[in-house]
Amino acid sequence: MNGVGREVLKYAMPWLVMAALLVIWQIACIVFDIPEIILPKPTRIFAVFVMRFDVLMAYCGDTLWTTVVGFLLAIAGGLLLGLAIGASPFVYSGLYPLLIAFNAVPKVALVPILMIWVGVGSLPAVITAFVISFFPIVVNVATGLATIEPEMRDVLRSLGATRIEILTKVGIPRAMPYLFASLKVAITLAFIGSVISETVGGNNGIGFLMLSASARNDAPTTFAGLFAIAIMGVLMYAVCALVEKRMTRWAFRGEIVG
Amino acid sequence: MPFVELEHVSLTYRLGKETTLALADATLGIERGEFIAVVGPSGCGKSTIMKLVTGLLPASGGDVKVAGQLVTGPIKGVGMAFQNPTLMPWRTTIGNVLLPMEVVEPHKRRFRRARAEYEARAMKLLGTVGLVDFAQKYPWQLSGGMQQRSNLCRALIHEPELLMLDEPFGALDAFTREELWGVMQALWLEKRFTGVLVTHDLREAVYLADTVYVMSRRPGRIVLSRKIDIPRPRTLATTFEPHFVDLVHELRDRIHQEHAQ
Repeated sequence: MNGVGREVLKYAMPWLVMAALLVIWQIACIVFDIPEIILPKPTRIFAVFVMRFDVLMAYCGDTLWTTVVGFLLAIAGGLLLGLAIGASPFVYSGLYPLLIAFNAVPKVALVPILMIWVGVGSLPAVITAFVISFFPIVVNVATGLATIEPEMRDVLRSLGATRIEILTKVGIPRAMPYLFASLKVAITLAFIGSVISETVGGNNGIGFLMLSASARNDAPTTFAGLFAIAIMGVLMYAVCALVEKRMTRWAFRGEIVG
Repeated sequence: MPFVELEHVSLTYRLGKETTLALADATLGIERGEFIAVVGPSGCGKSTIMKLVTGLLPASGGDVKVAGQLVTGPIKGVGMAFQNPTLMPWRTTIGNVLLPMEVVEPHKRRFRRARAEYEARAMKLLGTVGLVDFAQKYPWQLSGGMQQRSNLCRALIHEPELLMLDEPFGALDAFTREELWGVMQALWLEKRFTGVLVTHDLREAVYLADTVYVMSRRPGRIVLSRKIDIPRPRTLATTFEPHFVDLVHELRDRIHQEHAQ
């Protein structure tokens, strides 16, 4: 096979694998005669997806909105807290153990409490998306700051730089690739958060749609919802990856030179 | 009065309950405009002396004075260059060289207004080390030798009175290293800053320094101070002259004694 062919195949591979899986799924459904209520055929899911496209889009819109708001809040909060933790040993020793403990709590357990506080609707979804995607951002930003080379710090200190100057000249630029790397993880987590909240106690969003469809034994619609979430997740991941490359070109040095 | 004075300076590192005496009793004086080198067996506290002079580490005993002032915290405006060039990968070469201007007074206050002026100054300095064409390149697009040249420019752009060099050529290949000795000497002959070079390369020490200090094994003490009376500018040819070779041998013998003990 020639070089161009190999390149094309490399990019086609994920699509080919996905297509193969769907084909196997379809064949399995037919061969084993699986009832639609347990596992609908991909073709059936696709048909429902097209048929109910407007409904799915409306619910997806809700989920996307709550996810993105929660995610943006997580970026702002995570960046600030990450900088504080990375810059000050006292903030680090005071807050880090608490953060670890908080992160160990399954976020689904928070939803009933949030519902007591703020009721049903978009707000608990936003908050859940926020709390679940907040942690990786904090940890990554703090790591970025903590791994500044000691020599770099010495150079700046011997020039007479203040702590704030060291933070703005080295710390923040140094933490940026870590921040953007964490966004890819955080956006997927934010989707998990908002969908969990919609499923446990929501009245809109794709999670709510799936829950009500499964209550009606409407498996194809439930699966169509699942696919919709997956597509949104992948798209948002791609957006984050693109932003990452744009903002921190220097961290991808090999690709520009080579 | 010497520009930099160390009087019976000692330093003890503390790590948990363990204490390590890194520097036992260092006394030395560096005149203004003098270039000295500190050599010694590895782990003898050579780099510790640098950190003490710049105030990055407080001395456990004795006095460190720079320009007659007792050093109590990091002294400002010192130029520093390490073996690791520590350039910022998100800045171009000229951006890296300009860093001290954004931090050191009085340049800091003028930086925004006089940016063009400072850029011209940085370009001139980059010119003296042969990097004009690489000013807009990023550090990771430069070779190790070029990175180290930019590092020297960054250490010198604000015309510091004191330049600290911690094995700055240690990671380079022999040819590049010898070439940069020449670059370093030319910069020193032009600006006449006070230089402190920490190195384990004895030829490098003799080539660049007015005085070479030999340190003992840990805990470090200064066991020999040797004036280098070879006229400047020194060249690579100088390094093969008998007197140069004798000096290197003398220093090497003294260090071997340390290893033998």
